[in-house]
Amino acid sequence: MIKVKSLADLKKMRESLQAKVDLREKGEAAENLVQIKVAMATCGIASGAKVVMDYLLEELEKRGINAVVTQTGCMGYCYAEPTIEVKLPDADAIVFGYVDKKKADEIIEKYIKNGELVDGIIPVNYESIDDK
Amino acid sequence: MHLLVCGGTGCRASASDSIAEKLKAELAANNLQDEAQVIQTGCFGFCEKGPIVKVLPDNTFYTQVKPEDAPEIVKEHIIKGRKVERLLYVDPAKKQKVEDSKHMGFYRKQMRIALRNCGFINPENIDEYIARDGYQALGKVLTELDPQQTIDIIKKSGLRGRGGGGFPTGIKWEIASKNKADQKYVVCNADEGDPGAFMDRSILEGDPHSVIEAMAICGYCIGASKGLVYIRAEYPLAIQRLRIAINQAREYGLLGNDIMGTGFNFDINLRYGAGAFVCGEETALIHSMEGLRGEPTNKPPFPAERGYMGKPTNVNNVETFANVPPIILKGADWYSSIGTEKSKGTKVFALAGKINNVGLIEVPMGITLREVIFEIGGGIKNGKKFKAVQTGGPSGGCLTEKHLDIPIDFDNLIAAGSMMGSGGMIVMDEDDCMVSVAKFYLDFTVEESCGKCSPCRIGNKRLYELLDRITKGEGTLEDLDRLRNLSHVIKDTALCGLGQTSPNPVLSTLDNFYDEYVAHVVDKKCPAGQCKSLLRYVIDPEACVGCTACARNCPVNAISGERKKPHEINPDICIKCGACYEKCKFDAIRII
Ligand SMILES: Cc1cc2nc3c(=O)[nH]c(=O)nc-3n(C[C@H](O)[C@H](O)[C@H](O)COP(=O)(O)O)c2cc1C
Ligand code: SF4
Ligand code: SF4
Ligand code: SF4
Ligand code: FES
Ligand code: FES
Repeated sequence: MIKVKSLADLKKMRESLQAKVDLREKGEAAENLVQIKVAMATCGIASGAKVVMDYLLEELEKRGINAVVTQTGCMGYCYAEPTIEVKLPDADAIVFGYVDKKKADEIIEKYIKNGELVDGIIPVNYESIDDK
Repeated sequence: MHLLVCGGTGCRASASDSIAEKLKAELAANNLQDEAQVIQTGCFGFCEKGPIVKVLPDNTFYTQVKPEDAPEIVKEHIIKGRKVERLLYVDPAKKQKVEDSKHMGFYRKQMRIALRNCGFINPENIDEYIARDGYQALGKVLTELDPQQTIDIIKKSGLRGRGGGGFPTGIKWEIASKNKADQKYVVCNADEGDPGAFMDRSILEGDPHSVIEAMAICGYCIGASKGLVYIRAEYPLAIQRLRIAINQAREYGLLGNDIMGTGFNFDINLRYGAGAFVCGEETALIHSMEGLRGEPTNKPPFPAERGYMGKPTNVNNVETFANVPPIILKGADWYSSIGTEKSKGTKVFALAGKINNVGLIEVPMGITLREVIFEIGGGIKNGKKFKAVQTGGPSGGCLTEKHLDIPIDFDNLIAAGSMMGSGGMIVMDEDDCMVSVAKFYLDFTVEESCGKCSPCRIGNKRLYELLDRITKGEGTLEDLDRLRNLSHVIKDTALCGLGQTSPNPVLSTLDNFYDEYVAHVVDKKCPAGQCKSLLRYVIDPEACVGCTACARNCPVNAISGERKKPHEINPDICIKCGACYEKCKFDAIRII
């Protein structure tokens, strides 16, 4: 089955997909939905991103936190791998660097549960084309 | 409230640790430790004005903070809610204090176009790409523009090839479009042979659809229905993500027949390279895909006339393609407003070597090396002195202090004796020996030369031998002239780009670090202390306490001496392994 039969189809699809992302970001679909992205490019994986991702998936489930954990590509902060981005409802996304299991645990307990920041934040240092 | 204290290496060097301590103590003294927390962060990319303290939620950005400022920040800002004016960042253009970092135009030196989705979307999910305007550019050209109009946009944007040469992309497409044939091909060069570069891999791993979409756009422009990605087999994750992406695009009807109901057909297949540097050269790449030996052939004929299977073929680099969809959607004028007169847009660089923030950055053309190295890159590791930066990989050269302020673009780098290449940037400090650096690259080229033509096959080998002699202290002043002459001969006579550029590391180090070469051949010394043969280990009898640690660890028993008496190294036996140097707790062993 071909899904996109015309540009109009594609545009409709974009709208609905964006709406889905928006819903997710505004946390309307599910109260307190936390979004986590793990940088899983070659260098991230080499420095242990896979282990962190598995740990997050497992622990968030165990601790009853409603979260979406996805993988993404290189964020550019190769010196601070593994890096993850955490987006809480109603807050800007925050990137943490040098995340191992211990740090991941701290992020879950302090930041995700209580909104308290923890050491190891990587400030975003680029401008995306959407900002212009 | 949160007080973010930069814990990046640059700011740490200037006491950010003690700032954090002081802030914590001050908060505790005022019983505010629960209201406001002190958090250490990574580099803000603002190291020259460090240490940085940022206050959340109001985004106040303090620069050049000293530990002594901690009480004032807590008393004024945290308790009374008044910003500490004198620490605010001053916008250098407007000469005004900036209260909120969201209004700091200068803060963000990086701009992501090719990397726009990397680290943002899930590369294995086409829906996320579509939600970020994915395939809209393809839809737009297929329904609203004819091929020539699309080519005109690319031409007008000023996009130049990111694979090294910097050839104008629109013109390349136009040539391929004008050559008539029953079948044409679009090839994506994902060979990425420069040992210091990994941007193409990162783009394919982080945003494979952007390359697929751009290849389809190119296919529409030149009249090709087939695309090929030539990718090195050593990139398994990139290959896997690309395969998933191609399959998803097919499933959605964004690759295949009658795309979006417009009658346009396009599909992509992968071809794997074995990881030879020369196979990144476009003619060699095409031969390799045809199942022949990966050897370059003379141009003309250019691939645009006779390429893959003898048909007109357009070869572009991964990063070049990744720039195409935003250009179509945002327009040529938007793109050409970024960059310098002759080099538009951004360039991705892989920062490596003796630099604090090793990583992948994307910056507008025209930024200076100083900004890249000392701000985004966070400066030199361990507070050492900057010596040189190597750009352009094995085809490039070393730039020095005096080049730090030139705007980076294709033409300026060539004028300075280096080149853009694929975007590797290796930073060197005072401990790096420039003769050894040149030797390292020549070693690489000798290994990677395909051997087809003699200037490259034999000439580079001779260059390497000369450099090797010099690092061993066996070189002469005449050798330096020989190096220069031979370099020029190779450049002028080699068949392909590999040989034509391989002497560049030698020439640029000769030009910029002639004294260092002279020190090797005349004084028989390596000023950076790297060339083993030119070093001598000696024991300072004043400092030696006769603990015997060195003697016990010397693998060849070159050290003699009685307990509690100064020891001595016999230079005829010593193999310069450095073990004694590591072991001596009294700093008594000197390298001269
Ligand atoms: C020795 C040698 C190696 C090359 N390696 C690469 C490479 O790894 N990736 C690449 O895109 N271009 C490489 N090139 C440049 C290609 O020949 C070609 O110019 C380029 O792929 C064209 O794409 P662009 O116009 O988008 O830059 C190499 C050239 C030479 C001479
Ligand atoms: S210059 Fe070197 S790599 Fe190029 S064809 Fe000649 S031998 Fe082969
Ligand atoms: S450098 Fe190595 S070989 Fe030479 S004296 Fe020291 S330990 Fe022995
Ligand atoms: S280790 Fe140092 S102090 Fe001890 S004997 Fe050797 S040179 Fe002297
Ligand atoms: S590849 Fe991981 S941050 Fe660069
Ligand atoms: S801004 Fe602090 S280390 Fe770069």
